Amino acid sequence: MAELDTSGGGGKKGGKIRTKKMSTRVDLTAMVDLAFLLITFFMLTTTLSKPQAMDIAMPDKDVKEQQQLTIADNRTMTILLGSGNRVEWYMGAVEKPLTPPQVDNYGKNGIRKALLEKKKEVIAMTGDPAKSLIVLIKPSEKSKYRNLVDILDEMAIVKPQTYAIVDIFEPEIELLKREGLYQ
Amino acid sequence: MPRIKVPRKSTAIDMTAMCDVAFLLLTFFILTATARQPEPLPVDTPASTVKIKLPDTDIATLTVGRGKVFFSIPGQDIRRDLLEKMGTAYGIEFTEEEKKRFSVMESFGVPIGNLKQIIAMKGEERNKEGLQPGIPVDSVGVRPSELHQWVYQARLATKELHNQDMRVSIKGDANEKIPEIQKVIEILQSQNVNKFSLITSLRGEDY
Repeated sequence: MAELDTSGGGGKKGGKIRTKKMSTRVDLTAMVDLAFLLITFFMLTTTLSKPQAMDIAMPDKDVKEQQQLTIADNRTMTILLGSGNRVEWYMGAVEKPLTPPQVDNYGKNGIRKALLEKKKEVIAMTGDPAKSLIVLIKPSEKSKYRNLVDILDEMAIVKPQTYAIVDIFEPEIELLKREGLYQ
Repeated sequence: MPRIKVPRKSTAIDMTAMCDVAFLLLTFFILTATARQPEPLPVDTPASTVKIKLPDTDIATLTVGRGKVFFSIPGQDIRRDLLEKMGTAYGIEFTEEEKKRFSVMESFGVPIGNLKQIIAMKGEERNKEGLQPGIPVDSVGVRPSELHQWVYQARLATKELHNQDMRVSIKGDANEKIPEIQKVIEILQSQNVNKFSLITSLRGEDY
C-alpha cells in the first residue's frame, strides 16, 4: 500500500555519498473508506435518534358508557391486558361471551393471529369489508405501559374498523384472576 | 535492436481530493448532530412499528417514569410566558433573572413550591438522578392538579404566542404501571385533549 520509492537517488555515480531522496507515496483509499463509514454512521444516528410517535385518540370523557355499549356484540372483541405480558380475549359481552375467553401472548403468533382470524370471520359474517372487527382494549392495573403500546401496535398492524381504550369491569378482573393473570 | 518500450501507465489515483470531501461531509454531519440534553429522568421507551416522526415545535412532552411525571416544551418564548402564567395562577412572583433561567431549562418535574429552588440550581445539579420528585398529579380538593395547570397554561401560551394548538406527547417508561399512565391520560381528557402521541422506539413487525 504505502510504498517507499528508494530508486530515485540511485543512478548518480560519484565519489560523494549523497543522501538518497526518498519519495513516499501513501495510498489514501483506506482513509477514505473509514471517513465514509463514519459519515454513514452519523447520518443514520442523527435521524434515527428522533423518537417515533404513535398517535392515539381517546373518546370524549363526557360520553356516557351506555352509548358505547350499543354496538354489535358479534363484531366486538374485548382484550384484557393482564400481568406477565399476557392477554385474555373474548368476543361479545362479558356476561355471556360468544367464545370462551382465551389467553394469548403478544406478538405475531399470539394475539395477532387471533385478531386476524376474527377480523376475517367478521367480514365473512357481515359481507361488508368496511364493517369489520371492533376492539375494546381494557388494561388492568397489573399490566405495564409496554403492554398497552404493544396492543396499540397490533391495532396499527391489523387495522380493525375501530378500537377504543376503555375501563375494565369487575367480572373481567375475575376472569383475569381465574387465569392467574392478575398478580 | 531497439527495444519496444511498452508504456506503462500508472494506475494509482491521487485520493487526496476524495479524502478532503469525505472529511468535510463528516464534519458537517457531526456538527449538525444536536447534542442531547441530559435528562433528569432517564426513560426506556417501549418499541412499536409506527414510523411517524414527532414535530419539533409546539409539542409538550410528559415524561412518565417511576411514578413521576416531568414536563418539557420547546421554545424559549413559550417557556417564559408559561412561567409567568403559572406564577399568576399560583400567586408566586418570579424575578426577571429566574424567568431567563427557566426559559433555557429543558425538562423539569417539581411541585410549584420548589420551582424557585430548581431554577436557582446549576444544570448538572438539577439533572441529578432522583433529585426532582415529579409534578404532582393528584388534585387538591376542588383545585385541579398541578400537572393539569401546567398543561393548560402551556396550551394558552402556545395559542397566544404561536397561534397554534399545542400537541401533547407522552414518553413513558416501558415498565411503568398502567394506572400511572391512566392518571396522566385522565388529566388530559379532563381538558378535552383527546388526541396525543406516545413516544416509542422503532422495531420490525416480527416479534
